[in-house]
Amino acid sequence: MSHRILIADDEPNIVISLEYLLKKEGFEVAVAKNGEAVLALAGEFRPDLVLLDVMMPIKSGFEVCEGLRADAAQAHLKIIMLTAKGRETEVAKGLALGADAYITKPFSTKDLIVRIKSLLA
Amino acid sequence: MIRTRLVAQRLAFLFLLGCFFFNYPLLSIFNQGGSLFGMPSLYAWLMGSWLALIGLLALVIEGMRD
Amino acid sequence: MLQVWVIVLASFLYLGVLFGIAWYADHRADHGRSLIANPVVYALSLGVYCTTWTFYGSVGRAAANGIGFLPIYLGPTLLFALAGFILYRMIRVAKANRITSIADFVASRYGKSQLLGGLVTVIAVVGVIPYIALQLKAVSNSFTILSSYPEIVMPASAGAVPLFQDSALYVAMILAAFTILFGTRHLDATERHEGMVAAIAVESIVKLVAFLAVGTFVVWGLHGGVADVFARAAEVPEVARRLTRADTSAAYGSWGTLIFLSLFASLLLPRQFQIAVVENVDVKHLDRAVWLFPLYLFLINLFVLPVALAGLLHFPAGTVDADTFVLTLPMAHQQEGLALFVFIGGLSAATGMVIVETIALSTMVCNDLVMPLLLRMRWLGLAEKADLSGLLLEIRRWAIAIILGLGYLYFRVAGEAYALVSIGLISFAAVAQFAPVVIGGLFWKGGTRDGALAGLAIGFVLWAYTLLLPSFAKSGWLPEGFIAHGLFGIELLRPQHLLGLAGLDEITHCLVWSLLANVGAYIGVSLLRVPNAREARQASLFIGGTDLSGHLAWSGSAGVADLLPLASRFLGRERAEDAFMRHARSRGLHSVEELPGDARLVNFAENLLAGAIGSASARAMVSSVVSEEPLGLDEVMNILDEASQVRAYSRELEQKSLELTRATAELRQANERLRELDRMKDDFISTVTHELRTPLTSIRAFSEMLQEDPKTDLEQRSKFLGIIVSETVRLSRLINQILDLAKLESGRAEWTVAAVDVGEVIREAADSLTVLFAEKSVTLDLGGCATGLSVMADRDRLMQVMVNLLSNALKFVPAESGLVKVAARGTISEVRVSVTDNGPGIHVADHEVIFDKFRQGSGNTDVLTDKPQGTGLGLPISRQIVEYFNGRLWVESTPGNGACFIFTLPRHSGDNGPAPLQAGNDNQPGGAQ
Repeated sequence: MSHRILIADDEPNIVISLEYLLKKEGFEVAVAKNGEAVLALAGEFRPDLVLLDVMMPIKSGFEVCEGLRADAAQAHLKIIMLTAKGRETEVAKGLALGADAYITKPFSTKDLIVRIKSLLA
Repeated sequence: MIRTRLVAQRLAFLFLLGCFFFNYPLLSIFNQGGSLFGMPSLYAWLMGSWLALIGLLALVIEGMRD
Repeated sequence: MLQVWVIVLASFLYLGVLFGIAWYADHRADHGRSLIANPVVYALSLGVYCTTWTFYGSVGRAAANGIGFLPIYLGPTLLFALAGFILYRMIRVAKANRITSIADFVASRYGKSQLLGGLVTVIAVVGVIPYIALQLKAVSNSFTILSSYPEIVMPASAGAVPLFQDSALYVAMILAAFTILFGTRHLDATERHEGMVAAIAVESIVKLVAFLAVGTFVVWGLHGGVADVFARAAEVPEVARRLTRADTSAAYGSWGTLIFLSLFASLLLPRQFQIAVVENVDVKHLDRAVWLFPLYLFLINLFVLPVALAGLLHFPAGTVDADTFVLTLPMAHQQEGLALFVFIGGLSAATGMVIVETIALSTMVCNDLVMPLLLRMRWLGLAEKADLSGLLLEIRRWAIAIILGLGYLYFRVAGEAYALVSIGLISFAAVAQFAPVVIGGLFWKGGTRDGALAGLAIGFVLWAYTLLLPSFAKSGWLPEGFIAHGLFGIELLRPQHLLGLAGLDEITHCLVWSLLANVGAYIGVSLLRVPNAREARQASLFIGGTDLSGHLAWSGSAGVADLLPLASRFLGRERAEDAFMRHARSRGLHSVEELPGDARLVNFAENLLAGAIGSASARAMVSSVVSEEPLGLDEVMNILDEASQVRAYSRELEQKSLELTRATAELRQANERLRELDRMKDDFISTVTHELRTPLTSIRAFSEMLQEDPKTDLEQRSKFLGIIVSETVRLSRLINQILDLAKLESGRAEWTVAAVDVGEVIREAADSLTVLFAEKSVTLDLGGCATGLSVMADRDRLMQVMVNLLSNALKFVPAESGLVKVAARGTISEVRVSVTDNGPGIHVADHEVIFDKFRQGSGNTDVLTDKPQGTGLGLPISRQIVEYFNGRLWVESTPGNGACFIFTLPRHSGDNGPAPLQAGNDNQPGGAQ
């Protein structure tokens, strides 16, 4: 049974790399290019994990995180926040909002996969 | 209380009001006989306006207290 | 029941109660627990204004004159409305200068003049004697009437009764004894008599209650209420006359005069000044008195007219003196208890007045009249006497006795000529002579001692001539012809028609002349010279509100060894030592001996003595002890100068602190701005980090993936590598732009400035982008570019701007149908270049936002939903460049209508000469190149 992962990022190249990476690992992948789309797709696609970029148009990653956590239907959802901003305040904020993990870009692909697998275990 | 300029000035205004109440020409108006509340109009006017002025004095003084 | 002995016993009982209250209050005061430190007590004690004049005389006046009794009470009401300006100031000044009487006030104000003090005392005594006589008359008459019960008999005329059967004499004697016991038991440095004030307050209550009792009895006992009394009065024409006043100007004139007169009398009568000013415990008590005292006056006058009318209705005309209605009406209806109570009320009113008035007068006589005279008579050797306190008390006792004696004398001589009220008005007019010097003293710095003397003297003379002497003449003690024909038979000098002035009642007539002359002389003589040093100093103390108490008027010195015995002489050893001890402690010393013989000590001693013997005498005594170096006008002026310097300095300080506050506000603002800039810097760094890391992420991810799996298929491999390359390029470009921007903003950029042909630059820029335009199939129209437009600029940088604008336009226009138009025009002073596209347009809200670093107008999501391409730095850089050359770069656009970016640069008139104002109709083949 393959897990479903939702990629939320507006940088096309990063999306491509993540898509390829995850598909290679055998995950089912869906892509959302902005905050609103994430919430919509979360309902449809019913992912097990979301890779959530913070800087996105319409709704920021933080807002999406809040929204997802507020939704009882997504209680089981794991959220990994991705961002190029690495300040401690941002990290704390993310974790406080309910993210399960917070990874700064550029990330190590190996690291990312290990994290995802451990969260889904 | 009277130390406040405002109170002193208000009281001075009442002074002028009193001068006006208690003298000609208002007196002349009420001096034409006839009665007011069962009393001669001049008497009623003077006693009434006097009491009213006292009331205003009290209001200015006591009203300024905390 | 109402036998003589009952009346006498009741009277003595009442006086005994009063005395007991006074004694108890003094006892409490000595132990520091004052009974009278209470605004209600203060207000009630002011009720001493109401004497038998009020108690008996008002009804008499009402019976003759209707409401004409009332103005005497309206005046004080109005005076208290002016409390803030007159009374408050007066009390404050009196306390600050240790004023003990009205004579002291005037003397002190005009340079501590003993002569002035003496004159005021004489006027006060002479003026008030009729008033005292009036009290004696009232008490003795009421006694006679009451003891004739059940018959109602009017007392015989004053002079008719033989001396030793005259109850008035005994009344005078008893009152004298009582007053002496009351007020001269000891000498108080402040001349305050707590016991007296307590007794007076009680006495005010008694007379009010008595009057209200008889009023209630008459209105509801004898009649059916207020309306009934007036209705019945209206029925009888004779009586009905009283319900209105004469509607003549003379009547209104005298009405107004009486209000005005009583306004001053309620402050300037010695007993009023004593109670209101000297005995005042706390100036804050004045607040409540402002309305409580007028209320008291209102209540005690409430029933006057009804009682008068009832009396007129009840007694046949002319049988009963209207002054006695309050007593005779209850008597006529067998109300014995009430009648006795009324008598006690009247006695109370008389006693109160006599006590306070004679004590006040005796103080003045002692301090301002007798002592100065005695001290001047060196042959008496008073200056050497060890203890003068006993002498002072003796003088006062004799003064009380003599004043009462004179009062009785006046009563016998002139008491029949007038009704009670008229006698009182004579006294009012006398003390009214103090008004100019007192009011002037509080508000005008120009008043001098000579002016005061002149004003008082002439006012007094005219008063005596127009009012006092005629009262003697009307009683037969001076030839009648005096009134009718004037002094020495000169018609113009007729005392009540001076210089032929007719048509005024005698009071108004007197006031007109006396006050006119008084004020005229006061002002006129004062203006003859400038106030001298002492007068100026006193004027400042009384008026200016400058507290010169820190500046001592003595520049001489005397030691404790001289000053303490001096004080002891007048205060008694114990009190003097006490006071000096307190002074020493207040200066942080432990014993009186340690006090240095400096000016401060002398000042203290002078103040202390002033409390006992008046400020003028005190000054005289102290100066005899002190080796004084008199202060010249210069020195006083220096002191005053210092005061004004201090004021100027404090004004400066105020201004400086104002500036300081303003500076602080500005600093705070600047700080805010700095903090904001700091925040912006943080934001910038954070954003730059983000922008740099984003391409790095892709580069790393793809590189790792390629590394991980060497067997990735070729298609994927080349795709990935392509991305890596392009992201690297993106990264480098970003880094370059950031550095560029940093250089531009910090001013460290290098510029090569030369004359540049704008048209050429535009064409070059367009050329460099041809391929990209073709790729997207977008049309580039350069038709609107005029030639010969030259600016002074850095060619490369200008290129950078053009490329930026063109590539932006290219980015946002739709493929295939995209159109970008470039136009360049020139005026005499500037060159204007515009780049117009038919893209989605930009919201007005974003017109400035897009020029912010890294901002790409993505805040307005109507137009852009995807992440825009580009770095977000192009426009900020372009703007920096354009503005460096004194140009402007901005955008005009609305959503849906494309965007037009415009920049202007100052035109350079180079070798080409001034460019013609072309409409730019050069026909350059536009269209795709």
